[in-house]
Amino acid sequence: MNQKTIIPVGPFHPLQEEPEFFELEVEGEKVIDITVNIGYNHRSIEKIAESKTFDQMVFLVERICGICSTSHPIANCNAVEDLAGIEIPERAKYIRSIVGELERLHSHLLWAGLAGHFIGYNTLWMWVWKYREPILDLFEAVTGNRNHYAMMKPGGVRQDIEEGAIPALSKGLDEAEKKIEMVTKAALDDPVLAARLKGVGILSKEEAIDYCAVGPTARASGVDIDVRKDEPYAAYGLVDWKIITQEDGDVFAKVVVRLLECFESIKIIRQCLQKLKTTKGDIAVQVKEIPPGEGIGHHEAPRGETFHYIRSDGSNMPVRLKVRAPTYVNLPTCKVTVPGESVADATIILAAIDPCYCCTERLVKVIDRERGRKWKWEDLLRLSRKKTERIKKRMGISHE
Amino acid sequence: MSSPDPIAAIKAEFKDRIVSWEEKSPKRYYITMPREDITKVADFIFAKQGARFIIASGVDTPEAIEILYHFAFDKLNKILTVKVPVPKERCEIESIAPIIAGANWIEREIAELLGVNFLNHPNPKRLLLAEDWPEGKYPLRQEPRSNR
Amino acid sequence: MGKFWALKKSIWVFHMCTGSCNNCDIEILDCLTPKFDLERFGILLVGSIRHADVILVTGAVTRKCLPRMKLTWEQMPQPKLVVGIGSCALSTGIFSPGYNIVGPVDKHIPVHAYVPGCPPKPEAIIDGVVKLVGSLG
Ligand code: SF4
Repeated sequence: MNQKTIIPVGPFHPLQEEPEFFELEVEGEKVIDITVNIGYNHRSIEKIAESKTFDQMVFLVERICGICSTSHPIANCNAVEDLAGIEIPERAKYIRSIVGELERLHSHLLWAGLAGHFIGYNTLWMWVWKYREPILDLFEAVTGNRNHYAMMKPGGVRQDIEEGAIPALSKGLDEAEKKIEMVTKAALDDPVLAARLKGVGILSKEEAIDYCAVGPTARASGVDIDVRKDEPYAAYGLVDWKIITQEDGDVFAKVVVRLLECFESIKIIRQCLQKLKTTKGDIAVQVKEIPPGEGIGHHEAPRGETFHYIRSDGSNMPVRLKVRAPTYVNLPTCKVTVPGESVADATIILAAIDPCYCCTERLVKVIDRERGRKWKWEDLLRLSRKKTERIKKRMGISHE
Repeated sequence: MSSPDPIAAIKAEFKDRIVSWEEKSPKRYYITMPREDITKVADFIFAKQGARFIIASGVDTPEAIEILYHFAFDKLNKILTVKVPVPKERCEIESIAPIIAGANWIEREIAELLGVNFLNHPNPKRLLLAEDWPEGKYPLRQEPRSNR
Repeated sequence: MGKFWALKKSIWVFHMCTGSCNNCDIEILDCLTPKFDLERFGILLVGSIRHADVILVTGAVTRKCLPRMKLTWEQMPQPKLVVGIGSCALSTGIFSPGYNIVGPVDKHIPVHAYVPGCPPKPEAIIDGVVKLVGSLG
């Protein structure tokens, strides 16, 4: 007992739905327990939604998360459409899928960069973020904004993709693909990354099922769930693609799943762009009234299934909106993945779920129990980076 | 482990306990169960039929607090929602977190936002609200809707 | 703003999220990456509030974050400047009816520059910070 130190991590992390506050309990180098405190970012969105009309609600849920900023609107529209029994036009389906998949691309790249930052590969961070910019430019071309696209509405989409814009989009996509291919090859062949990430933070298939994990976190553990395949909404049933799974459940498997998924996304966008050329017609149906009842909609966000439940009493506002973001069920898995690992690995395991990355920010306040030793997130990052250096040295790779 | 038609299996297993059964569409099922049965139901659906627990929602209705447990049968493309009304006078229900690890957080969330007491919850601590949030004030309970 | 002349050359910023949708936050990080590259102005994102000259605050300030935000601000060395980024930080934006929102930021700590937008583009953020630097001493 007297060797126990508690390391607080957080609560200020910029890049996720909720700033979290982790407390790592360590014995020497080994983590023995982890406690997660959330709620720093609880903005009472579910309550605010009760005072918004169905059309306004889309803008609100868009602002749940800036990275999944089209996932929540899609899930929300799916729920409203399920409630009212609306079928959206085919053209709208393709546009929804295009925006949804572009988002997956930008989100996975963002994550890859920050994961690199965590283990001391700042080069990877800068590169990947550089290649993420063209995707944001594509977003700007399609929707008019880099983030918060405001594309979805119950019954369809708000903006069309003009025929004339398609060649430029395809070209941008081709270029992005080349870059992503290069990064993927570089990352997957890198012996240091493999040494650092393989066998670390393993989440077994049974644990993934027990914790109800979703998205890449589950797929890296061999659970082949993907809402896009299981309940083909939007255009996902109309194009050809496959689910990426891995069996190992470690951090490396999660990297592989995310990187390979990027190519599936590109495949989907390409096919959708092709189909847009031949599919004419409206981009939205008129939605006059939302009847009383209940609706459930979900969408495979970059991090996993986003779930929306809506109850309506027949007025123009919902009685209740329930939102479940993927991190909500993925994060508790750190209870099984982090304990037993070394402190230096804790950061990357937590980051592998993709809840929080650039934890450069946190409060300077150290809870210190027995040893009088001060630990900060910076120290953790330093430890993490040192370990990478050690591995590099062992392999005879100079880091200069 | 799981039967080919889990929905029928659930219907058969609990046939005299089910209060109401609604099939909104081939993809969405809503059933209402009495609260005494929730652990048995959760165990049957999750452990025996291999469903994935998505989340629970709490809804404040004039009669009672309804807790909705959403389960997904991913490969069959079906979502089953188990509704359990909890009367406001004795606002408590057995926790399903011992059976489903993924239900741990959401039960804590419902407890603080709607004031439902989950019996035998492994870690009934506050999850979302600030430390100085007043006890006994539940933000998601409905006020009389005069402003609509 | 006489005493701030010392900050003119190279300001180090600390970034704090108080309950945002983190879109403003990724745009801040975006400013650091090769396309926008804030470091050419001598601006560096630091990991500790004790090293910072400026904090960039995003988000509508949730009840749970408020004491942490104040503490962080108090721990910052003088002279200190605060930049509010995004509609949330400026006015609590779309979240203003929420029961858990106690913002905006300038109700609790002094804010020296405001960058509006939801989210502001990286160009706008850079512009805001550069204008702030320009107004010093
Ligand atoms: S201002 Fe807009 S983009 Fe920025 S945090 Fe608030 S909601 Fe998100």
